[in-house]
Amino acid sequence: MSFFDTLKQYDWEQIKDSIYAKTEQDVLHALNQTQCGLEDFKALISPAAAPFLEQMAQKSMLATQQRFGKTIQLYVPLYLSNTCSNSCVYCGFSHQNKIERVTLSEDQILKEAMAIKQMGFEHLLLVTGEHQKEAGFTYLMGAIELLRPHFAQISVEVQPMSTEEYQQLRQAGLHAVYVYQETYHQENYKNYHPAGKKANFQYRLETPDRLGKAGIHKIGLGCLIGLEDWRSDIWHTALHLSYLEKTYWQSRYSISFPRLRPNAGGFQPNMAISDRELLQVICAFRILNQEVELSLSTRESPTFRDHVFKLGITAMSAGSKTEPGGYAVHTKALEQFEVSDQRSPQEIESMLHEKKYEAVWKDWDRYM
Amino acid sequence: MQQLTIAGQEFNSRLFLGTGKFSSNQLMEEALIASGSEMVTTALRRVDIQNPEDDILKHIDPNRFRLLPNTSGVRTAKEAVFAAELAREALQTNWLKLEIHPDPKYLLADTIETLKACEELAKKGFIVLPYMQADPILAKQLEEAGAAAVMPLGSPIGSNKGLITREFIRIIIEQANIPVVVDAGIGAPSHAAEAMEMGADAVLVNTAIAVANDPIKMAEAFKLAVQAGRIAFEAKLGTQLNQAEASSPLTSFLNL
Repeated sequence: MSFFDTLKQYDWEQIKDSIYAKTEQDVLHALNQTQCGLEDFKALISPAAAPFLEQMAQKSMLATQQRFGKTIQLYVPLYLSNTCSNSCVYCGFSHQNKIERVTLSEDQILKEAMAIKQMGFEHLLLVTGEHQKEAGFTYLMGAIELLRPHFAQISVEVQPMSTEEYQQLRQAGLHAVYVYQETYHQENYKNYHPAGKKANFQYRLETPDRLGKAGIHKIGLGCLIGLEDWRSDIWHTALHLSYLEKTYWQSRYSISFPRLRPNAGGFQPNMAISDRELLQVICAFRILNQEVELSLSTRESPTFRDHVFKLGITAMSAGSKTEPGGYAVHTKALEQFEVSDQRSPQEIESMLHEKKYEAVWKDWDRYM
Repeated sequence: MQQLTIAGQEFNSRLFLGTGKFSSNQLMEEALIASGSEMVTTALRRVDIQNPEDDILKHIDPNRFRLLPNTSGVRTAKEAVFAAELAREALQTNWLKLEIHPDPKYLLADTIETLKACEELAKKGFIVLPYMQADPILAKQLEEAGAAAVMPLGSPIGSNKGLITREFIRIIIEQANIPVVVDAGIGAPSHAAEAMEMGADAVLVNTAIAVANDPIKMAEAFKLAVQAGRIAFEAKLGTQLNQAEASSPLTSFLNL
């Protein structure tokens, strides 16, 4: 059994219809529950919930403060490589795009890491394109072994791997793995991923199962908002989370909400989501699940981030560069997508401080 | 009010504080001071134990507070023992709040691993205060394993639901030969006062203070509630009866 078997029990169109059919009464019912279920969640992400955004935000903020306090964890991505054998139509790193390809050497990784360290970060997210030879398991294992002594927590957002490989990376000090399904629409998935290993929907979908079996501490989920009907994709993300929490109960979970951003491929989103709607999604997730970590990246604008972080978010990236060598090496590599919030980590910390929140730079330790 | 003694050390305050969830370390420090507490726990994972200038530690005055590092985040006895040894070396304290919760959702203590770790850590010379399920048998087993105090939960960590385990805490208190510190779930000063009235030796509070609109004022409220509850316990509360008892007993004439 894996989540693939669970997903087979659901029909995309039926789910979509049931979300859009939710009424004001359904939303009020969901808002009055002590503990929401997945049916209530449909109401909270439906168009019918739009007039109740303020109530949702109030409820979400209180639940977040209760569990996480007035703290926001800060992390930063370190892009190790932009080589990629996939052809995802929405991604700047796509094999099809004629861009300068760079994979950082050990010396370059250390140089980048030290620049990040000087900014104050203890939590590091390693990111690569998906390329077996250039930036596969062996390369990543080397990078983790190299960086482990310098950071309290190392996470990755890289190509999916086997359970055994994840076990080995965990033993080397890997804390968390973020792997986004992009879309849960199995039929249309192949249109966005025409070639490369990522074209295998089932292998990607079962990655969190393999992570759970490997005992990875934290598993990050998400869908790419803008590919398919986002309400349906978000609901399937919640279904995935619910399945994983019950099956791999020792892992912690995190949800991200990446909206499609401009990139080298020039792909235009099929379905836009407004700021109001994105906030609705964040609040709905918090009302559904009080323990899950919710993350907000520098894809979002400073104004949006400054107002929304209080309303459900627990982690933010800051000072991000999305090209390999962006912090210190300065290669000619193109970035994966345009960063919207260009402020430095210290500016983000000051903003949090002004709003009476603590920026948490370290919440794990290398011995754990 | 009697002093509290744990492992030979005396404390004037029976309120222990946690350091998570505050909006700044400065505010945390001010709340710690307002609480009158003398025992403060902090998650090892939040502390840079290689760095004596670590920001959290800078705000916990060692002359005012005993630092009680906790192992929150570990999932097994083996990890807990390793973390404890690192903490002892880096922070120069053998006091430890043992927390093993493999379940990241409700953060409930793993009974089997906690008992195993407590036994090993006590043998290694640690003053172990284990966070535990409100299980009277386990409390006795931890006592036999060398715990310096036991810390049963009132309700799940951070829930602010109060003493939903009160009947089991009552039995633990009744049977214990070591101090009982009610940890987790205390969400209001009245919950803390209730635990103290029941005879708990101390309470540990974090979320209720850190998340309050005014954490400093709330810390003071808890200080007073803990004192009131303890004084009431020492004064011996009247027994609860199901029937009314005349304040002027009907048979008092016999004594005339």
